[in-house]
Amino acid sequence: MNLTLYVWRQKDANDKGRMEKYAAKDINEHMSFLEMLDVVNEDLAQQGIEPIAFDHDCREGICGTCSLVVNGRPHGHETGTTVCQLHMRHFKDGDSIYIEPWRAKAFPVVRDLIVDRSAFDRIMQAGGFVSVNTGSAQDANSIPISKEAADTAMDAAACIGCGACVAACPNASAMLFVSAKISQLASLPQGQAERERRARGMIAQMDAEGFGNCTNFYECEAACPKEIPVKFIAKMNREYMRALAKGK
Amino acid sequence: MNATAAKKVYSGDASVPLANISIGMKVVMAVTGASFILFIIGHLMGNMQIFIGQEQFNAYAAFLQGLGELLWIERVLIFTFFAIHIFYGIKLYFENSGARGVSYKKFNPSQTTYTARTMIWSGLALLAFVVFHIAHFTAHVVYPEYAHLEDALGRHDAYTMVVVGFQHAWVSILYIISMGFLAFHLSHALPSLFQTIGLIHPNLRNKERVIGRLFALIIFLGYVSIPVAIMAGIVRLPKGGM
Repeated sequence: MNLTLYVWRQKDANDKGRMEKYAAKDINEHMSFLEMLDVVNEDLAQQGIEPIAFDHDCREGICGTCSLVVNGRPHGHETGTTVCQLHMRHFKDGDSIYIEPWRAKAFPVVRDLIVDRSAFDRIMQAGGFVSVNTGSAQDANSIPISKEAADTAMDAAACIGCGACVAACPNASAMLFVSAKISQLASLPQGQAERERRARGMIAQMDAEGFGNCTNFYECEAACPKEIPVKFIAKMNREYMRALAKGK
Repeated sequence: MNATAAKKVYSGDASVPLANISIGMKVVMAVTGASFILFIIGHLMGNMQIFIGQEQFNAYAAFLQGLGELLWIERVLIFTFFAIHIFYGIKLYFENSGARGVSYKKFNPSQTTYTARTMIWSGLALLAFVVFHIAHFTAHVVYPEYAHLEDALGRHDAYTMVVVGFQHAWVSILYIISMGFLAFHLSHALPSLFQTIGLIHPNLRNKERVIGRLFALIIFLGYVSIPVAIMAGIVRLPKGGM
């Protein structure tokens, strides 16, 4: 199939950037979206044009590195997939495709479609960890954890930290990401020791990074490749008020 | 601009005041908003007594006036909450619209409802309405001649004031449009309120939008029934009234 691509090109963080039009020729429908871009890049290199820079790593939907807004939706229009797992069979011959980077003030563009997501790393540094030394894996059932708590923690732990929630949110809010991390650790015994400090620290850091505030649009939930539900945002709000009430 | 410049990392003991924390502001919006929802329900229950008749409605008005200090405490509280709700609503609006930075050339949201996107505008329209509404029925600036009506028992004749008020077509039309804005605001406000304070039962998830709309519709129909009934002549002035 043949496609027309409109791709965001930006030389570096200081460049103003612009959309460029490229032709993607003879694209196989079994290719992933990133493989399609690889083919386009080979073509561009042959023409002496600088290839399009984009983030990618595992290409199997588990690392959270790929980050493209395809036709106005982070990771494209398919639900529950990262853009590396979006296959070209979901497009039609002759389609025009807009490809843009994550857009948020807290995620500045480094080059073309690559953004700096270190704001997420700093949020994790502000409390997204457990300081107790838990040693090697426990024997099964040696720490009693209810099925509900284990399921909740597992659902939250599915977050791969890609930032699609921020890219999808009209307010560029990071609350789905932060709430998943807070909820995961708050649900397990190992996370109890720093539970209040964690909530306060991560939320203060999230605000300091310049992310917007949740106004309950729920775009994040729809865009999340791991389908993290917005109930975790409600849980994060509760965790924050709990920390305040405890005065910790 | 160096994108990788080291930034300060907060720890849990960071003393950021509640009012400057994103979630703090959201909770403030939710709690003040919840007080308005209670007020709106109470106010509607009071207003509906107009269908019982002049005697009942004027007695209710006299009861409210007779509360004295309690009435003023309620007024001061609700006014303070109103001011806080508006202040943070506007602050959040500017923070949120600035958080994107560079906008998308193509952005295709799938979940955002029209009412959710226009909260700031329906809110500001309601502010304008409330100013008019108080000027009309409480401060009597709009039609001062109806401020000192008295009924047969010498009470303030609130019934006649309301009926005459809504017999002016422009007042009724303005009121109905304003109740439309209220319904818009409420349909997003009610589910948001419970999400923000973290009180949503998993079984109610995904039904909350329907519940919000249903609640907004009931409130809309309740309030609008009064000017409609007056315009239609169902609720009318007593014989011998003005």
